Amino acid sequence: MIRNIPLAALIGLFFTALYFIVAIFAQWIAPYGMAEIVSNVPWESPSAEHWLGTDNIGRDLLTRMIYGGQVTIFIATAATILSFVTGSVLGFFAAVMGGWVDQAMSRFVDLVMSIPSLILALVILSVTPVTVGVLVVIMGLLDSTRVYRLARAVAVDVNVMEYVEAAKLRGEGQGWIIFREILPNALSPLVAEMGMRFIFMVLFISTLSFLGLGVQPPLADWGGIVKENKDGIVYGIGAALYPAVAIATLAISVNLVADWVLNRTTSLKGGRG
Amino acid sequence: MGLAAKLVAQRVALGLLLLFLVSILIFAGTLILPGDVAQSILGQSATPEALANMRRDLGLNEPAVTRYFSWLGGVLHGDLGTALTNGRDIAESLGKRLSNTLFLAFWAALLAVPLAIFLGLLAVRYRDRWPDKLISGVTLASISIPEFLIGYVLMYFIGVKLGWAPTVASVYDGMSLGAKLHAIALPVAVLTLVVLAHMMRMTRAAILNVMQSAYVETAELKGLRMFKIIWRHALPNAIAPIVNVVMLNLAYLVVGVVVVEVVFTYPGMGQYLVDHVSKRDIPVVQACGMIFAAVYIGLNMIADIVSILTNPRLRHPK
Repeated sequence: MIRNIPLAALIGLFFTALYFIVAIFAQWIAPYGMAEIVSNVPWESPSAEHWLGTDNIGRDLLTRMIYGGQVTIFIATAATILSFVTGSVLGFFAAVMGGWVDQAMSRFVDLVMSIPSLILALVILSVTPVTVGVLVVIMGLLDSTRVYRLARAVAVDVNVMEYVEAAKLRGEGQGWIIFREILPNALSPLVAEMGMRFIFMVLFISTLSFLGLGVQPPLADWGGIVKENKDGIVYGIGAALYPAVAIATLAISVNLVADWVLNRTTSLKGGRG
Repeated sequence: MGLAAKLVAQRVALGLLLLFLVSILIFAGTLILPGDVAQSILGQSATPEALANMRRDLGLNEPAVTRYFSWLGGVLHGDLGTALTNGRDIAESLGKRLSNTLFLAFWAALLAVPLAIFLGLLAVRYRDRWPDKLISGVTLASISIPEFLIGYVLMYFIGVKLGWAPTVASVYDGMSLGAKLHAIALPVAVLTLVVLAHMMRMTRAAILNVMQSAYVETAELKGLRMFKIIWRHALPNAIAPIVNVVMLNLAYLVVGVVVVEVVFTYPGMGQYLVDHVSKRDIPVVQACGMIFAAVYIGLNMIADIVSILTNPRLRHPK
């Protein structure tokens, strides 16, 4: 089984798994407390006690990175799940209903997608309290427009298959058609898309936190750590670059896995067109 | 020309309708909270008098629909209202910043567009050989990296370690063009890298698509050199999709500007917007959001119009 996986995908799987394990067990892995100040010198250089050195107010940077990864991955995962559940259920619903319901929903999604998500998120965040829950909801719902489009497109194709016709003639309800007929057959393109959406969420939350509008201190995610340590850059201190590297490697590994899943699912369907 | 003109007119009308609906969406975006906006701006400890004043300043005592139309009427007359934080006229503070942002985006586009098309051609010329693989590898990497990371990496290595360019892009009136360009060298480089990858990849795909057509095979059989086939036969037919890609990426550039301006503390629209989101200055946020959305929608509309006009089947209907 493992032999059939290309090297790039294996590397991707390895690093993705590593990041998730570190995120889940952050409390046990991190060498110090999240907000514990361990040094009175800001930006101490890396040493045996502090592998990555310390941050702008003397907290252990490795610890911050591990906890930051937990926050980033948690928010991105939660928002991805929300985006997928909302987007795909509404997309399937629109495809099954057709007619004016489909038109109204699809045109509304077009409208929301005609504004860059970052700009719309900033407009909404100017009035809402900035908490983790609110961030997940805003990010998840804004991104569900992309999932909606994909889910609807796939479901429209599945909806005209004979077995769906048969189920309708049997007298099954909308719920059965959506969850028992369309969902299983639309799953593989959706799963492949999930990786891309997850990366997008990681970049999105990091960008918001970097702009100071995401996760609020003392909690920090990777984007927030960049923000805290960015002033060091001018003095030649690279502390702000670690989280940036972490974001990039996580994104690239997930991308490699998603690419592989996409190739596998499309090659399976190759003959059917 | 009749059909194409009609399609263009339709597309412009659609763009205007979209702009109108977007203005509703942006206005509604700030009403999303069920509670009181004044309370969330001032916080829990606000005195009742302060709350009442804030409500009056925001016009919250009137119904939302009235407020929307008076806001929209103002926007159409170029009156964007006054900022809550300093009471200044928003249009006045925005004007200078908007031109700064456009200045930055203009130079980034000037650099990125020809480079992307050239590299896209190169990737097609050496398809499946190392230049193509290298280009697509770099593309994958740069799509996975957030803008601010590219910004700080360049700032750290080029700005601080090598000292070739200033790490803070401050521009002000009376600066010579050369000095301004030197100041924005790093942000322009970041924006170029951000859009380059995507633009190059889509250029490559557009040309490869044309390369599979029969007339390219004919040209190949005539014994033309590869670069000449691409240049003379494939490229002219790929112009419409390429222009489309360029416009979509310019629209993306407008958004990337928000983050890059914050990284390099450049006095543009993006920084203005982000500053005022955290200060909860709603009129400023609405005005900036509307301008960003308008530019984005406008560029998308131009992309569609260009692809209508460059399509010979629409220009010369049977």
